Amino acid sequence: MSVCSHASMLTVIKIKFHVINSKSSVLRNDDLKEMLESSKESLKLEAMKRIVGLIAKGKNASELFPAVVKNVASKNIELKKLVYVYLVRYAEEQQDLALLSISTFQRALKDPNQFIRASALRVLSSIRVPIIVPIMMLAIKEAAADLSPYVRKTSAHAIQKLYSLDPEQKEQLIEVIEKLLKDKSTLVAGSVVMAFEEVCPDRIDLIHKNYRKLCNLLVDVEEWGQVVIISMLTRYARTQFISPWKEDAVFDGNNEKTFYESDSEEKKDQTENKPYIMDPDHRLLLRNTKPLLQSRNTAVVMSVAQLYWHLAPKHEVSIVTKSLVRLLRSHREVQYIVLQNIATMSIQRKGMFEPFMKSFYVRSTDATHIKTLKLEILTNLANEANISTILREFQTYVKSQDKAFAAATIQAIGRCATNISEVTDTCLNGLVLLLSNRDETVVAESVVVIKKLLQTQPTQHSEIIKHMAKLFDNITVPMARASILWLMGEYCERVPKIAPDVLRKMAKTFTAEEDIVKLQTVNLAAKLYLINSKQTKLLTQYILNLGKYDQNYDIRDRTRFIRQLIVPNEKSGALNKYARRILLAPKPAPVLESSFKDRDRYQLGTLSHSLNIKASGYQELCDWPAVAPDQSVRNVEVIDPVRSHIAALDERNLCKQEFFSVLNMYMNVCSESGSESEDSSEDSEETSSDSGKSSSGSEESSSESESEQKKKKKKMKKMALQKKSKPTAADRYMSHLLYVQPFLVVSCPHIGPLRDASPRSDNQRVYFISTQLLQKIKSRLIKSTLPSRVSCLVQVTTPSFGPVKTYELLHHMTGKGLSAKYHFPRQPCLYQPSMVAVQVILTNSSDHSLEEIHIGDRNPASLNIHCFNTIERLEPEASVTVSMGVDFSDSTQAANFQLCTNTDQFSVSIQPAVGELLMPSTMAEQDFIKEQGKLQGMNETSQTVTMATANTSSQAISKQVLSVANVGVVSSSQSNFHRFAGRTVSSGALVLVTLEMKESSSAQLTINTEKSVMASMLLRDLKQALAQV
Amino acid sequence: MIHSLFLINQSGDIFLEKHWKSVIGRSVCDYFFEAKEKAVDPENVAPVLQTPHHYLISILRGKLFFLSVIQTEVPPLFVIEFLHRVADTFQDYFGDCSEGVIKDNLVTVYELLEEMLDNGFPLATESNVLKEMIRPPTILRSVVNTLTGGSNVGDTLPTGQLSNIPWRRAGVKYTNNEAYFDVIEEIDAILDKSGTTVCAEIQGVIEACVRLTGMPDLTLSFMNPRLLDDVSFHPCVRFKRWESERVLSFIPPDGNFTLMTYHVSSQNLVAIPVYVKQNISFFETGPCGRLDITIGPKQTMGKTVEGLMVTIHMPKAVLSANLTATQGNYSYDLATKVLVWDIGKLNPQKLPNLRGSLSMQAGVPRPEENPSLNIELKIQQLAISGLKVSRLDMYGEKYKPFKGVKYVTKAGKFQVRT
Repeated sequence: MSVCSHASMLTVIKIKFHVINSKSSVLRNDDLKEMLESSKESLKLEAMKRIVGLIAKGKNASELFPAVVKNVASKNIELKKLVYVYLVRYAEEQQDLALLSISTFQRALKDPNQFIRASALRVLSSIRVPIIVPIMMLAIKEAAADLSPYVRKTSAHAIQKLYSLDPEQKEQLIEVIEKLLKDKSTLVAGSVVMAFEEVCPDRIDLIHKNYRKLCNLLVDVEEWGQVVIISMLTRYARTQFISPWKEDAVFDGNNEKTFYESDSEEKKDQTENKPYIMDPDHRLLLRNTKPLLQSRNTAVVMSVAQLYWHLAPKHEVSIVTKSLVRLLRSHREVQYIVLQNIATMSIQRKGMFEPFMKSFYVRSTDATHIKTLKLEILTNLANEANISTILREFQTYVKSQDKAFAAATIQAIGRCATNISEVTDTCLNGLVLLLSNRDETVVAESVVVIKKLLQTQPTQHSEIIKHMAKLFDNITVPMARASILWLMGEYCERVPKIAPDVLRKMAKTFTAEEDIVKLQTVNLAAKLYLINSKQTKLLTQYILNLGKYDQNYDIRDRTRFIRQLIVPNEKSGALNKYARRILLAPKPAPVLESSFKDRDRYQLGTLSHSLNIKASGYQELCDWPAVAPDQSVRNVEVIDPVRSHIAALDERNLCKQEFFSVLNMYMNVCSESGSESEDSSEDSEETSSDSGKSSSGSEESSSESESEQKKKKKKMKKMALQKKSKPTAADRYMSHLLYVQPFLVVSCPHIGPLRDASPRSDNQRVYFISTQLLQKIKSRLIKSTLPSRVSCLVQVTTPSFGPVKTYELLHHMTGKGLSAKYHFPRQPCLYQPSMVAVQVILTNSSDHSLEEIHIGDRNPASLNIHCFNTIERLEPEASVTVSMGVDFSDSTQAANFQLCTNTDQFSVSIQPAVGELLMPSTMAEQDFIKEQGKLQGMNETSQTVTMATANTSSQAISKQVLSVANVGVVSSSQSNFHRFAGRTVSSGALVLVTLEMKESSSAQLTINTEKSVMASMLLRDLKQALAQV
Repeated sequence: MIHSLFLINQSGDIFLEKHWKSVIGRSVCDYFFEAKEKAVDPENVAPVLQTPHHYLISILRGKLFFLSVIQTEVPPLFVIEFLHRVADTFQDYFGDCSEGVIKDNLVTVYELLEEMLDNGFPLATESNVLKEMIRPPTILRSVVNTLTGGSNVGDTLPTGQLSNIPWRRAGVKYTNNEAYFDVIEEIDAILDKSGTTVCAEIQGVIEACVRLTGMPDLTLSFMNPRLLDDVSFHPCVRFKRWESERVLSFIPPDGNFTLMTYHVSSQNLVAIPVYVKQNISFFETGPCGRLDITIGPKQTMGKTVEGLMVTIHMPKAVLSANLTATQGNYSYDLATKVLVWDIGKLNPQKLPNLRGSLSMQAGVPRPEENPSLNIELKIQQLAISGLKVSRLDMYGEKYKPFKGVKYVTKAGKFQVRT
């Protein structure tokens, strides 16, 4: 299908060509100019297409600039875009003309279409004309504040362009970067970090406040941005956290272990003194990057791998192995880079890749550089256990048709032989066999490697040397011949008969040899002269004479030097005596090691690492700091409210002020008549509300707000006292309070979102308190508006006793890791006075973070629930406490609703115990009896209960009753009567509980209330509670 | 980051250049040509090269080199991955990524490159997003545009750019709603001379073709997800769901995409579907050699092996081959020294055989090593690892989509050493 469409498209293009060609046989620039100036859009477009074609081919089309730039304001979007392409390409060459187009872009920057704004900024910032730098600066600043994240992203790109055009603007640009770094859009994050890396990579201080946000956003950022952010965070982490490697600085390699053994004692002391605890931010980075190992983008996987390599504790690094090995299935170029990095890693940590050894087996179809890298890795992985497998594999490679690869294999065998002593002999024998190979590169490489191996252990290898001497005539590769000659000279005492003969042969062919062979011949001659001058004196002199007139000055030099050194004459000085010690000094064996040995000085995954050269713009990865810098710099004190809430907040602030002005008025009035008296119930209120607050799990708040809060509370307490003592003063200002109440009802819903999103700040505390106040006011209002109740001084208080009984809302098995528990904090509900406050503790017991926890559908639909604000994210093992308000309408009907995450929905229900639907009230005994008298007959429920003996004391009774129901204790003058009073939360109906103690642990339990259903349920619960210990 | 891009054909001509920052002369490519000259085989050119002022990072796709010029430090994989993405996009737009096609669509190519990078940093690489900005050429649209002067370029910001799911555009509508998944497994193996497995592993990929209306939320679950050892996902897959429940939950892109790739744990023994009996020998005396290859079924799980093909890279000394095949055709390319034997379907009753003589260049020592055989094959309706999709559920939309899963096993890098 596609092929066919493509073919027909070709014909279409041809037709087009034909049309144009018929008009003018040869299209030249003049014609293009004419077309551009014509009034037909299609002709203009065609002309622009041809011009872009010219640009693409690298042909010069700059002379058309005036004609093209006229079309910059064209309505046709494609034409316009092509003009942009042209403009960006040639503006630098035609600066004056380019300026003509600027006003068009300035206009487009104000376009309502975000796409147009963005592309205008893109082109404007791509025009490399220094005059417009101020205009660009202005445009960037404006775009950085644009509502569209896409435009803000473009502005981040423009920052880099402006910086490269005019580095003078750095300071201003940094300001824009700082601003954009605070952006919460995932679209912007990658681009602004890129700009940061380009413009001010050393301003690490700009990152502190954004560190956690970047970590959390990372998964949702587009893949290219991820790479940039990860590499920046790697650098950041190395400056901000202390090394996680101290405790387990034991490497896989044995030799390293012995190396570190000497100071292991010291280390032990250190670790004992100061156990390493990973900074939670450090952990955050590692945890949030881990899922990216599964990215389809190879660059992302590699960047996470390098992050783990450079930042993770040693034992965690190996989780990247699988992903890296997976990348080997990708394109040839990807393989190349990944293998390079694995090569570096495998030197330090064999264990990481050893289980995947087979993935590095070479296929005959691999490119040579891939083969060589695989070989390198296999050699790095070789150890006593797997060497036989590897050598067998190498045997296949040696026979490869790719001779460069075969030669590399021989080198690798040599390295294995030196590294693993068990196989040295086997390898050596194998290499000797290769000496009779037909391919001379193989032979040559073998000779060179054998030479190196023999040097490391020269004993008892005269046989091999003899064998090599025999092969000497057939070997033509200069390096190999030179190596054999060197070996002869070095070990001539072991082959006393053969060495002079080899020298004799060399004398014959000396002039025809390569320079490197000639040098070694001179060396051999000199050494033999010193040891066996009788046989070789003449030969040596002959060779030295030949060398004296050689064309190469190196050889002439060497010859002269050797002659002075070994042949004694009157001129030769003291050096002569030491000739033997100079020439025949024992030489250290060469170390065969990986070419990747020192690559780890570069950060993995970088261009510098790949080239093994410091590339321009490479940012050095600094060492861990010895002492961790201040961790608190990353703390974000103020959580910015989400934009949409700003308006609401302002409104609230306004209300707050209003509220306090009213309060103050009230206070002033109250203080006019001041009689101070302490009341126990007030005390209990203070303590209980305090404990309630701390148990609600709020985070720490500043001391300022604490003190402020206390102040407010004092005020209110005072107020309450005054209210009590001087009701008339209060009544006078009832109108103000009525004014306050609607405001509270309105403003309360705003508290919810804020309360859970941020540590509770002082104004919320004020609200909290104000709600308590509201309760008081309300009761007062009830009192004043319902004259029948005026007689009793009823006050709703918070109980001093608060047993926290926790119920399960959602088990973590059914909740797929999300578990929820709830309890009734027995506090007045913040949201609406008719609601029962419920605190829900959400815990994430899964191993991944949960997102967007919120309340979904509820059942019955009429059920009035105040939901908690959506929890954006709950990390594994983390838990959060949230408050809800439920209006149960004084019934024990369960509140059913759905607890949702971004992926799941769980139906849960809160079943309130009847006792939780009450609010305690305090009243005097006589008031109690009076009220009780009104609630007789139908409103009285009574039963005889048997009590556990332990429960007979008055203290125990209070405890048991309060554990069941949220009621207040009424002080009693009769010791055998215990009285409790409360009100239902929703309708405010009185609930009076009386317990009359009878003989031998039986008692008469009476409940007086209008809500007879509740009474019987409460009776049952109380009976049960009193019966048990 | 990426400064400039040059497209170079096999003969070393630069047929397209694009600069995202200031212009860099094409003479910078000379360093690359030098390296290419040295490497002989284009495959062997190192992907990363250094020149006095620039760094060159190149990829080879088809027969084209995509050569990018870099000026400062950048993760090389970043560039390589991007260049492949560019090539993929061309493939996606034009059905092919060859010199001819690119030259024919030069303007579209240029527009694409303009959108994909801004200042050398990737801007839009998601196919869905690009297609909304620059519509792929079709016959109809070309004709209409020629007549009306309309354009292929969109003037609004693609919806995907701003959303959390950039891979899917809004307002997708189909009359037939369908979702197809192809589970394709490839066996990578090296067998030695005697037929024993040196190493073998299974690499799988799930290719999806989803044409569903609206914003469907799909969940794909497996019968045996434990088989999957290592996975990589399209960005649409919710990794957390995978970690906790081992199901693939995603809002799919519109059209064709690769949902996931996986690796089957190497502990499981890999079934090798065919065996190869081979005897290739080059005689010491006389300029000839002999070749005799027979292929038979081994562990095919009762399925037919199709598309069987053997490729042999002969040593340079082999001049020609005089062979007879009992089934299929063979061809020997004299220039590249590649022998291809296209067998087709494997008949277990009558095993295909290729035998005959090879004539060698006189006076050249006989090759040290016998060439290895590369085998291609295909087995329909079988995932060799045993992986099975158990169900596909759709949420978020009301209609019933048509669903289908297909399994194919192929030989990946399947090599027999001789």
